[in-house]
Amino acid sequence: MSNVGKSPWIIHYDGSSCNGCDIEVLAALTPLYDAERFGVVNTGNPKHADIFVVTGGINDQNAPVVKQIYDQMLEPKVVVACGACACGGGVYQTCYNIMGGVDTVIPVDAYVPGCAVKPESILDAVIAGVGILDEKAKAMKKNPADKDRSEKDASTGAHASVADVDDGTNADAE
Amino acid sequence: MSKRTVVPFGPQHPVLPEPVHLDLVLEDETVVNAIPRIGYVHRGLEKLVEKRDYTQFVYVTERICGICSFGHSLGYSECVEKLMGIEITDRAAYLRVIFHELSRMHSHLLWLGLLADGFGFEALFMHAWRLRETVLDIFEEVTGGRVIFSACDVGGFRQEVSNETLAGIVAKLERLRDEYRTIAKTLLEDSSVKSRMVGVGHISTDKALELSMVGPFARASNVATDERLNGIGAYGDLAAFEPVLSDGGDCYARCDVRVREVLQSIDIISELVDKIPDGEVMVPVKGSPEDGAQAMTTLEQPRGQAFYYSKGNGTKNLARMRVRTPTSQNIAGMVAALSNVELADVPMVILTIDPCISCTER
Repeated sequence: MSNVGKSPWIIHYDGSSCNGCDIEVLAALTPLYDAERFGVVNTGNPKHADIFVVTGGINDQNAPVVKQIYDQMLEPKVVVACGACACGGGVYQTCYNIMGGVDTVIPVDAYVPGCAVKPESILDAVIAGVGILDEKAKAMKKNPADKDRSEKDASTGAHASVADVDDGTNADAE
Repeated sequence: MSKRTVVPFGPQHPVLPEPVHLDLVLEDETVVNAIPRIGYVHRGLEKLVEKRDYTQFVYVTERICGICSFGHSLGYSECVEKLMGIEITDRAAYLRVIFHELSRMHSHLLWLGLLADGFGFEALFMHAWRLRETVLDIFEEVTGGRVIFSACDVGGFRQEVSNETLAGIVAKLERLRDEYRTIAKTLLEDSSVKSRMVGVGHISTDKALELSMVGPFARASNVATDERLNGIGAYGDLAAFEPVLSDGGDCYARCDVRVREVLQSIDIISELVDKIPDGEVMVPVKGSPEDGAQAMTTLEQPRGQAFYYSKGNGTKNLARMRVRTPTSQNIAGMVAALSNVELADVPMVILTIDPCISCTER
């Protein structure tokens, strides 16, 4: 645990999962697994979150939602794909309405296997995510150009959001 | 008339574990209309019967919903057994009902926690989920899985569960019962909890019948609808079965019904464990459903009546598999319950319906 320099806050979104992974994400936060002892707090606000936990695959309806939540999060940020469906479609891979895993719309930093995932592996992934978060923060300090990445996204992509435009300066006012 | 405003609610919202979108039409702070929009979780599972044969499809039905997982595999298996004329053993039928009732307990305890979280009682949420782990431990011990555990199969029950294990389960549940009573007391008697729930989102008995509501949502409006009354499977062997009813019709009544249903499930499990006959748990399944054969069955899921229909075409694959889930029946009731409530009460009303969106959209 010595590598954890920050209490990671997570935001959870259910892509098109069957709920199995969602209830395990919540179970990871409740007394038996108690992710809160590592400072992990589940928040509903993308601007407060460091780690984006996505469960379930991606379809046409939820792709813009996942993209928008990702865009609203401030840099540095980490995406954890939870469960077989989020990793690559899982049991629904051949369904007509599933485009694939979360990495079809946003970059994913950690993949958690399992159907449904075990709370232990979610904890593992979130803690690995903190390490990635630290690395990303260091890289941002070294190369400030990366800081403007979200601004560039806003000018090119259709998913411009408040967080993209204000570059995080208004986050405290939330 | 004051000016109307539209507040979008969801698909991503802290109170919603699942994505559903509502356009709330407000006059001042009061909701005058709620327009639901679903489709965020649609996967197209029913069409998958064309690619998976009827034994493989059990895995898919389990993943219709992770909370009602066992119920869906049970309903599907019963339906296909009817289609193919397979008689399962009594022991398997008993084990199925025991595990279905355990699933109901896990679902209701999960819901009670989410409800507590909904009105901001974090400690109660944590306690409800701590108790729920007792049920999940039983699942893990017997089947190896926590939420999706592939125990039910066409032809019976996949795990042989010894009578000692079953006695151990009942002992565990009896210990849980005492702890559970303290949580139930807080939920039903605490004045701050009551002030959030009593009189909120009221649905009368007539309205409930008119909207064809099902499950605890309807039973809280004093509609005696419960598929367990039909005595399918081991439910027929129960000495007595009375659905849990309440005539309140509000959020408090819905909470009260579910709180009492957990205790009812413990009673059902104890009774069936006492009565369970010895014998095999699986019968061999051979052949394919006949061309044009049809079968249907209903099941009382934690959220209400679920309906299963299947049709064979002479091959290993079914021609059609149809599921109608409780939440799709209850969405009309949810919209009715949302009219004329305060904006701040919207999360409470949505939660007390216990919506299961991934069941609904499949």
